[in-house]
Amino acid sequence: MRSPFTTFLASGNVFIWGCAASVSISLLMVFGLLLLIIVNGLGYFWTSGIVELTLKDGQHVMGQLAGREVIPHSVTPDRPEGKGRLRVKIGNRDVYGLDFKWVNDDQIVSQTYPTDTALLERREWGNMYARVKAVYKGEELQAEGNEAGWIALGPLIGITNALHQQITRIETIEIGSINSDIEQARLKTRALEMRHSLSPGPGDSPAPEMKETGQIQNLKAQIAAAEVRYQEKTLELDALRAQFDEYSVVMVDANGREKQIPVGQIIRALRPNEMSLLHKSWIYLTNVWSVLTTEPREANTEGGIFPAIFGTVMMVIIMSLAVVPFGVLAALYLREYAKQGMLVRLVRIAVNNLAGVPSIVFGVFGLGFFIYAIGGTLDTLFFPERLPTPTFGTGGILWASLTLALLTVPVVIVATEEGLSAVPREFREGSLALGATKLETMLKVVIPSALPGILTGLILAMARAAGEVAPLMLTGVVKLAPSLPLDSSWPFFHLDRKFMHLGFHIYDVGFQSPNVEAAKPMVYITTLVLITVVVLLNLTAIVLRNHLRKKYAGSVL
Amino acid sequence: MASSPPVTQQPPPPSLRFNVQDRHRQLSDNDSNTQAVKLTLNQVNFFYGNRQALFKINIEIIKNRVTSFIGPSGCGKSTLLRCLNRLNDLIEGARLEGTLLLDGVDIYGPDVDITDLRKRVGMVFQKSNPFPKSIYEIVAYGPRLHGTRNRGQLDQIVEEGLKGAGLWDEVKDRLQASAFGLSGGQQQRLCIARALAVKPDVLLMDEPCSALDPVATAKIEELLFSLKQDLTVVTVTHNMQQAARVSDWTAFMYLGELVEFGLTKQLFTTPSKKQTEDYITGRFG
Repeated sequence: MRSPFTTFLASGNVFIWGCAASVSISLLMVFGLLLLIIVNGLGYFWTSGIVELTLKDGQHVMGQLAGREVIPHSVTPDRPEGKGRLRVKIGNRDVYGLDFKWVNDDQIVSQTYPTDTALLERREWGNMYARVKAVYKGEELQAEGNEAGWIALGPLIGITNALHQQITRIETIEIGSINSDIEQARLKTRALEMRHSLSPGPGDSPAPEMKETGQIQNLKAQIAAAEVRYQEKTLELDALRAQFDEYSVVMVDANGREKQIPVGQIIRALRPNEMSLLHKSWIYLTNVWSVLTTEPREANTEGGIFPAIFGTVMMVIIMSLAVVPFGVLAALYLREYAKQGMLVRLVRIAVNNLAGVPSIVFGVFGLGFFIYAIGGTLDTLFFPERLPTPTFGTGGILWASLTLALLTVPVVIVATEEGLSAVPREFREGSLALGATKLETMLKVVIPSALPGILTGLILAMARAAGEVAPLMLTGVVKLAPSLPLDSSWPFFHLDRKFMHLGFHIYDVGFQSPNVEAAKPMVYITTLVLITVVVLLNLTAIVLRNHLRKKYAGSVL
Repeated sequence: MASSPPVTQQPPPPSLRFNVQDRHRQLSDNDSNTQAVKLTLNQVNFFYGNRQALFKINIEIIKNRVTSFIGPSGCGKSTLLRCLNRLNDLIEGARLEGTLLLDGVDIYGPDVDITDLRKRVGMVFQKSNPFPKSIYEIVAYGPRLHGTRNRGQLDQIVEEGLKGAGLWDEVKDRLQASAFGLSGGQQQRLCIARALAVKPDVLLMDEPCSALDPVATAKIEELLFSLKQDLTVVTVTHNMQQAARVSDWTAFMYLGELVEFGLTKQLFTTPSKKQTEDYITGRFG
């Protein structure tokens, strides 16, 4: 006779509870983490009201509330333990040198939300919270007082923003292309000179020498012409900059300190306490859009993360293009051609263990093999005129992608091998019995049937690669890349360029920035965007895989 | 795409088919050694590594006849069948001794193009194995491999193949659909169509009906009678009634040896060996 307890144990209920608990804890972890990131990340875009606090000592503090906490472990009398305190983003970094300030609850006399205060988003020094005092054009007073000044300021910001765009365009595109013309001509000249000096001496016929000299002179004329164009552009820029700096505004903070700033420094001026919910929502959407589409400012702590998104996606795509053929061919050999025996088993174990090698080791390998060995050789063979400046002999998106391809190739090999072994023997025999060769069978029947498995491997590889940071730090990621690896200048794909990456951006902004506190929201946003990018890339592959599965519906895969 | 309605080769009504069957039976009764030999097996030994699976097999397979290999599981009948199109070559350590002639040419000879051999000797497997492609693509697979690119020609081959396998009327409106939507019997006939599309001389069938219900089995058995007008058919079967119904010649194998080979009628009515008699009467196997 079984005791009721044994019966209960044997019924398996405890086991089921254990399983359910494991799943629940996993779900809790995933959703908890996502929720934390989403709340903190998306909260950043919301423009909260400007609070003005009056303190016991008569001082005023103005800014946006950034949090509140109970004071922990007090050691000084001004921080009474157990009482609450507020964290206020006071901005005005150029005036105060700090972005945040703690205010103890017991210091506060009153708390108001004045409608006449302005939030200025600036190109430098972060936000400013202040009231307008006066607007000047050069030395000439244009408007005085908060209301008049505020009204005058709006259109001026529109003008300076348009000017700023124009200046940036001239600087990056027009002058950039002149510079690249000059650089190209210089490199050609140098290449010709090098060929000339390398050619065997006295016995040489004079004709090619004449030709080269002619070419060099031609190139030098080109450089001179480009420099003239450069001068013209510089003059144009100077005129625009003068216009840009023409207007300035004097702001006054809560304690009456004045600060004059050029209107050109202001990106946007808002009065959050005046804004309706609808207006705030609109501002919210424009904030999201600008983070996704613009370049970073202020040591990456402000502005957008577009170059990092672009770099991440492009790197993952290049990595996929490298890893899929490599991994699939290796798996095909291991599964279909190699004689199954001890050696193949050892190779398989080695491949699986490769997945456990620390990623930084792959980074070191990429640095030594791709950058120094291959890149250095490429430079001496194809770009000798640029030396000692390296072209491929330094970190770049190509080398970073290839390093990650090596890092993720075990995943693709394992998944492809599984896909191949799941293709029924009957398919192969059916094809061979029709007179197909092994290669034809492989290409027309086996690989198409194994494609869903291959794509599963690719999905895993992409997820792993998009999140890796350590190897990238050695092979080509930078804090701030001056240009994207894909642009409108020939040859469009600049695989030698360094790039920005969301994962590295998180590390850089979160832990290497001079102003970590101000950068915190940026870390959450970047994390959120990275997760979104990984999910989107994976979804693409999953949709493709489901499409293939449907096409081969009924097959065992 | 071949979508024109079929105008020729409608399957004959059942009564007519049985007449055809009877006529073939009479023909096989009169079979003699003067008829053309398609395949000759002379002292064939076959080894999987060190294990010998076939012992000194001698058979002559007559052109335009159905020959069945029967015998208990593991007797080597499938191995023997797969020797005929060299599908055993894929198995590591497999080795064949003796000679195997197709129209007088040694198919294990040094000059033989194995893909050409398999084109001439088609095969249908125990489990239907359509590729994960559309019906049209499956039938067109073989001809495409062997260089037919012309769409009109392919359409014609596909139609002929499907008609030859008695499947055309059932699938002509959904040639681009996946083959996995077909029933088991239809899938098996699709595999026959696929084999017929490369126009083989010999068709090997490895227990083609073992996974099918009686209705589907009957359809394939009927098909054999029409197929043997153009082809030489060699089948392997577990089912002795089936062997008796469809084949002109029967070989009984046991433990890798050919026990008895003769006209089906003779073998089933007056077997010359005790083992054969025991097997066909159900005393063992």
